[in-house]
Amino acid sequence: MANPTGIGASVRRREDARFLTGRGTYTDDINRPGQTHAVFVRSPYAHARITGIDAAEAMRAPGVIAVLTGADMETDKVGSLPCGWLIHSKDGSPMKEPPHFPIARDRARYVGDAVAVVIAETREQAKDAAELVMVDYEELPAAVTSLKALEGGAPLVHDDVGGNLCFDWHLGDAAAVDAAFAQAAHVAKLDLVNQRLVPNAMEPRAALGEYDRATGEHTLTTTSQNPHVIRLLMGAFVLGIPEHKLRVVAPDVGGGFGSKIFHYGEEAVVTWAAKKVGRPVKWTAERSESFLTDAHGRDHVSHAELAMDKDGNFLALRVATIANMGAYLSTFAPSIPTYLYATLLAGQYKTPAIYAEVKAVFTNTVPVDAYRGAGRPEACYLIERLVEVAAAETGIDKAELRRRNFVPASAMPYQTPVALQYDTGDFAKNLDIALPLVDYDGFAARKAESARRGKLRGIGFATYIEACGIAPSNVAGALGARAGLYESAEVRFHPTGSVTVFTGSHSHGQGHETTFAQLVSERFGVPIENVEIVHGDTSKIPFGMGTYGSRSLAVGGSAIVKAMDKVERKAKKIAAHMLEAAEADIEVKDGRFVVAGTDKALTIGDIALQAYVPHNFPLDELEPGLDEQAFYDPKNFTYPNGCHVCEVEIDPDTGVVQVVSFAAVDDFGRVINPLIVEGQVHGGLVQGIGQALYENCVYDEESGQLITGSYMDYCMPRADDVPSFTVRYHEDQPCTHNPLGVKGCGEAGTIGASAAVMNAVVHALSEYGVTHLDMPATPERVWQAIRRHTPAQAAE
Amino acid sequence: MPCTVSMTVNGKAVSREVEERTLLVTFLRDQLGLTGTHVGCDTSQCGACVVHIDGRSVKSCTMLAAQADGAAVTTIEGLAAADGTLHPMQAAFREHHGLQCGFCTPGMVMSAVDLVTANPSPSEHDVREGLEGNICRCTGYHNIVKAVMAGAEAMQGGTMKAAAE
Amino acid sequence: MYAFTYHRPKSVADAVALLGQFEDPKLLGGGQTLLPTLKQRLARPSDLIDLGQIPELQGIREEAGGLTVGAFTRHAEVAHSETVQRVIPALASLAEGIGDRQVRNMGTLGGSICNADPSADYPAAVVALKATVRTDRREIAGDDFFTGMFETALEPGEIVTAVHFRTPDKAAYAKFRNPASRYAIVGVFVAVFGSEVRVTVTGAGPSVFRADDMEAALAQDFRADALNGASVSADGLNADIHASADYRAHLVRVMARRAVEACG
Repeated sequence: MANPTGIGASVRRREDARFLTGRGTYTDDINRPGQTHAVFVRSPYAHARITGIDAAEAMRAPGVIAVLTGADMETDKVGSLPCGWLIHSKDGSPMKEPPHFPIARDRARYVGDAVAVVIAETREQAKDAAELVMVDYEELPAAVTSLKALEGGAPLVHDDVGGNLCFDWHLGDAAAVDAAFAQAAHVAKLDLVNQRLVPNAMEPRAALGEYDRATGEHTLTTTSQNPHVIRLLMGAFVLGIPEHKLRVVAPDVGGGFGSKIFHYGEEAVVTWAAKKVGRPVKWTAERSESFLTDAHGRDHVSHAELAMDKDGNFLALRVATIANMGAYLSTFAPSIPTYLYATLLAGQYKTPAIYAEVKAVFTNTVPVDAYRGAGRPEACYLIERLVEVAAAETGIDKAELRRRNFVPASAMPYQTPVALQYDTGDFAKNLDIALPLVDYDGFAARKAESARRGKLRGIGFATYIEACGIAPSNVAGALGARAGLYESAEVRFHPTGSVTVFTGSHSHGQGHETTFAQLVSERFGVPIENVEIVHGDTSKIPFGMGTYGSRSLAVGGSAIVKAMDKVERKAKKIAAHMLEAAEADIEVKDGRFVVAGTDKALTIGDIALQAYVPHNFPLDELEPGLDEQAFYDPKNFTYPNGCHVCEVEIDPDTGVVQVVSFAAVDDFGRVINPLIVEGQVHGGLVQGIGQALYENCVYDEESGQLITGSYMDYCMPRADDVPSFTVRYHEDQPCTHNPLGVKGCGEAGTIGASAAVMNAVVHALSEYGVTHLDMPATPERVWQAIRRHTPAQAAE
Repeated sequence: MPCTVSMTVNGKAVSREVEERTLLVTFLRDQLGLTGTHVGCDTSQCGACVVHIDGRSVKSCTMLAAQADGAAVTTIEGLAAADGTLHPMQAAFREHHGLQCGFCTPGMVMSAVDLVTANPSPSEHDVREGLEGNICRCTGYHNIVKAVMAGAEAMQGGTMKAAAE
Repeated sequence: MYAFTYHRPKSVADAVALLGQFEDPKLLGGGQTLLPTLKQRLARPSDLIDLGQIPELQGIREEAGGLTVGAFTRHAEVAHSETVQRVIPALASLAEGIGDRQVRNMGTLGGSICNADPSADYPAAVVALKATVRTDRREIAGDDFFTGMFETALEPGEIVTAVHFRTPDKAAYAKFRNPASRYAIVGVFVAVFGSEVRVTVTGAGPSVFRADDMEAALAQDFRADALNGASVSADGLNADIHASADYRAHLVRVMARRAVEACG
């Protein structure tokens, strides 16, 4: 009988009970005795020299305890926020890596750059006093867009980074690509912008620093996706605190989407300041501050060309991308437009030759780093828009053109020309499932019906593949990662048979407390309520790398499996001892340890009890206890893939685009909890739709002021903006190299959706001759596109 | 200048001396320790702070504690029955996976209850429009909408059952 | 928020008296605009005078060829009022489209019109429905009330007590909302009084205005197609990242057509 809380069951989430009753514990919910409040003084200029800071008046304001500046941090030898990934340029030179201090010292480089911090008894007092800190700024011209920052004579964001160029990197075989283009029967070309986005996890970032004078231990509670990474980076590089004196806790975290991976200056400031003022120091961002300080995402400007033979077979792909890094290098920024982007440019296609060049540029804007999908949505959007252009130009049906160029399932494992080796995937199957879901063949009739109501209608595809489960440490290291990317787990059976699992993964909405517990329930037949999942506290869990890149189950889950393997081996030894049988004769059946061929059996509970009450253990062969730890370092990336199809209706009078249906077919390998997986897809889809239709981070190109600095101007998708979805997955292409066969599902929706929506929008507008539109397809952009193009009917 | 505000919160009378500029959400979180009500924006849009004042849903970040003086306030902590039984809307959110990170959830549930109280049999369209004051970044709304429709049915069932008793 | 002193008068007279006492007092209606403004420290009043406990500012009454709505009537009350739905359904539907559910549960008519946000909805109704704005000391014609962006004809210390809307023969409001803030990028209110047609536009300009050409065209022939030749100029219209002046001008015509069609 299937275990109702085992693998494949839609177990209702265990964490929900506390969230639904208001009993979650997010960082800002925590208050400590004697706690003080930090408010940052931030640069109102995109670029300015700081010539003086006068805090005297602020210090006299009610409740003020301290006003601290970059100079104070310098005196205390506080270091720069480190970058976790090193990229080398084409010429072999290392990327430019200017210092990034938690509080700016002599120059502010974006609107929102921290200039001082006020610590006071209450938050309002700190805010009152922050306005009294007199900062003398000498405003400097700003380099705001990546294109302008690269122009000769552009203002320099960092004096010693000539031309604002962080690196000029490439991947692939340029000569092979040139040769293929020379042979091409048709070349499709496209210029496109992948606009800057603000991640906007609903919980604003917060950090609470504490220092225990008795033990010398620092504690940082923070809104992080990976507390050990923060401990390592902040302890070793910024504050010089050894790991055994630094505890980092990431409690309930209200969404991350990448933006809470990075080590931010505020974390270092509250940790440092707590010792300086001798009291706990808490900082919580207001949303307007989040807009100005959370790392942004995307921001690519690209040119792409696809060479085809006369039958529409792809011969080669050439891509040039300019990636905006913002003012400083955020923790993983350089890896995003390189190893998480260019390596995915093969997509699902057997394009034999690919060459990509990526220039990364400093600008006077908020640092840019991973945002859900991180490089992969940019790759998917580029390829899938380009394929759509190719289909339109060659007149080949867009589904057929894709089918013709898919890497066939029979070719797996498949080595792409851009470094990755796909293990499994049946791309044609995804498409085959998707087409009837959207009644592809019935589109013409629906379009005619829309036309009768004066509306335009379009249908668009995106097929995507992503590299998840990051990452094999040896591969990542070879590509420039300054960290290993394994995951840790400890499975601890208690004497009465309940289990605590300690995981290095971090849940900030993904439901690990349920999914991970299902793994244990399945393996040992333990009731799920007897399994506790512990994460997010460096003082409890083994060194872990946290959650991002859809890695939790593929890497973190695999670590749990590995630890359970060890538990099982140990349990077999104990069972053999208890049942007076040979270890080799012990079999595990339905969670019971059985002597083969007999009815002698023990449950894991029996064994656990004996493990802790080892009255007659042969101690030289068998240690007491049933508590095992494992680290899992993946052998390869995992490759979730799928096919998304979107249908839109456009009101030509207003330009409003409405997504009328959306179907997503995904291959995530094996699925542990379908309910949670579908939820991940839904959320991802709306972030992708958000990029396509609503979201846009806009700076004033001269002043560098953030124009979309609140929800009044940055358009977050709401419930009435999107439809319900049709979501399907299949499990017959499991990952071949991890024990669960899982691929990861966290980012897929976001990766496929933007391209599918935009392809549908352009398809709907094609009757006006529109061939491309940059995201977001806002009503005005759509209306302007219609206006610019003569309607085909009118030309008759 | 401090002032005294008194109100009923989740059925209990409370009275505190606060600065006059204290927002209701700050009062609930910092003075009463009811941290289930969250703050997700500063422009009154995200709805993470939604509570009920005399039965109507409002954004507690856009109301002074002093304005709620004398009112009956219900927060997410006051929604479940005294014995811990979840309100049908809370139960529906769990059943239909209408939450992920949980941060928008209290406001979302409080808005949903108000919406369904006013319109006991909402269509999907009604639910989507009715939730426009609440932003969720995790769920894509799909399961929230399902949950609210199921919660609406359960709330009606509950009423009918109670009426039959 | 900066610190302030909070007052909660029980009558208009008390509120007026309080207004006269302080250096820089502000009236607090539902607070849905004022409180966000204060939270962002964009205003620094010495005193806040909360109008929420004054019975004479509340309520909806049918009177003298129209409806009188108390200044402290919340948007949700207007939207759901059977009286409003029966007498001027377009007004109820306008109120139902303001902000979101929670904003409507707090925001008030008086607060909205006194703030005179160029993208607020109510100003379109006040002008289109030939309203009279009643204050503690006089009556102001709706046509004269809005004097510019965030500016009204109110004198210092004057308190709006109610608005009297005239019942039109038919009316409708069509709004194109800002997808982010949900304020009106363009809102057009069309009202018919006998042979007179009023077409008022909010969101598009610095303040609500009447679209004269459209009014003339519709007075001749009250059909959406009658607007084909009429338009508003983009000159002087608002422009921001969401909508250029050209686009707003275009939307005025589209929304006007929709409002006419909705009039039935």
